[in-house]
Amino acid sequence: MSNIAERVKKIVVEQLGVEASQVTEESNFVEDLGADSLDTVELVMALEEEFGCEISDDAAEKIVTVKQAIEFIKKNSDS
Amino acid sequence: MQDRVAVVTGSSSGIGRVIALHLARQGAKVVLISNESIRILEALEEVRAISPESEAFEADVTSLPCLDESIKLTLEKFGRIDILVNNAGITRDSLLVRMSTADWDRVVAVNLTSVFHLTRMVLKPMMKARYGRIINVASVVGATGNPGQANYAATKAGLVAFSKSVALETASRNITVNCVAPGFIRTAMTDSLNPKAKEIILSRIPMGNMGEPDDVANAVAFLASEKARYITGETLHINGGMYMA
Repeated sequence: MSNIAERVKKIVVEQLGVEASQVTEESNFVEDLGADSLDTVELVMALEEEFGCEISDDAAEKIVTVKQAIEFIKKNSDS
Repeated sequence: MQDRVAVVTGSSSGIGRVIALHLARQGAKVVLISNESIRILEALEEVRAISPESEAFEADVTSLPCLDESIKLTLEKFGRIDILVNNAGITRDSLLVRMSTADWDRVVAVNLTSVFHLTRMVLKPMMKARYGRIINVASVVGATGNPGQANYAATKAGLVAFSKSVALETASRNITVNCVAPGFIRTAMTDSLNPKAKEIILSRIPMGNMGEPDDVANAVAFLASEKARYITGETLHINGGMYMA
């Protein structure tokens, strides 16, 4: 399970161009990591690709922190 | 634009077909989308003579499943879409007091809603590629208005505002969104005008003659090229001087 957390964090680092040390589970993409609205769309696209799952627009709107992304993936992905 | 992949709607005839040929000549692989089953094959043959890997999909742009399928197959075959030219358009002219809801709805569906769908579909791959050129074919009447064309003019003005908004949203991802606004161009659409209407129109064109599809296609090819990289949210008018923005 921690594997999922590590993979999510890696994607966040790559997509948002931030340092790994800045990314904690509590990090908010917009407020803490400086993402703009298009960045968050791209982040969701990258998560979909990495974990082979579909994230609906409604679900995507509720994913605003690293922890929420990890929890969504844990619930909705088998990889 | 060597090896760029360009999707062009309404490309079996008129301005769209000439746009497809111009993009092919610049080296693009062109994907034709049209609902005209025989003419699209003729157009494909012409385009393939220049750019052999080009492809065609018969699709009604008002059908979301058809568009979905066409874009999906395009991405499967080429792995990318670099250029989208939203050219498909129709007229259903009548004075507003006599305009049916069906004629309004149909023109909005073909000219405007299809552009929403297609642009939305290509944006994700373009964002990922950090490259995109979207060119929407508007019209001079979107800027001036025209009696008998309230529906058509509204969709064409709508395209301009749509393009500016999407241009703002996607500029940071190296995606440009522009319009060309043809005036009176020699096509089947303008051939159907009666001689008196044509005469009145010609009297309003400082250059004194109708434009050719090539005049529009050259502008589209420019906006689709690397040379236009710093131009976005703009409308390029091609009308022999009949309207100056």
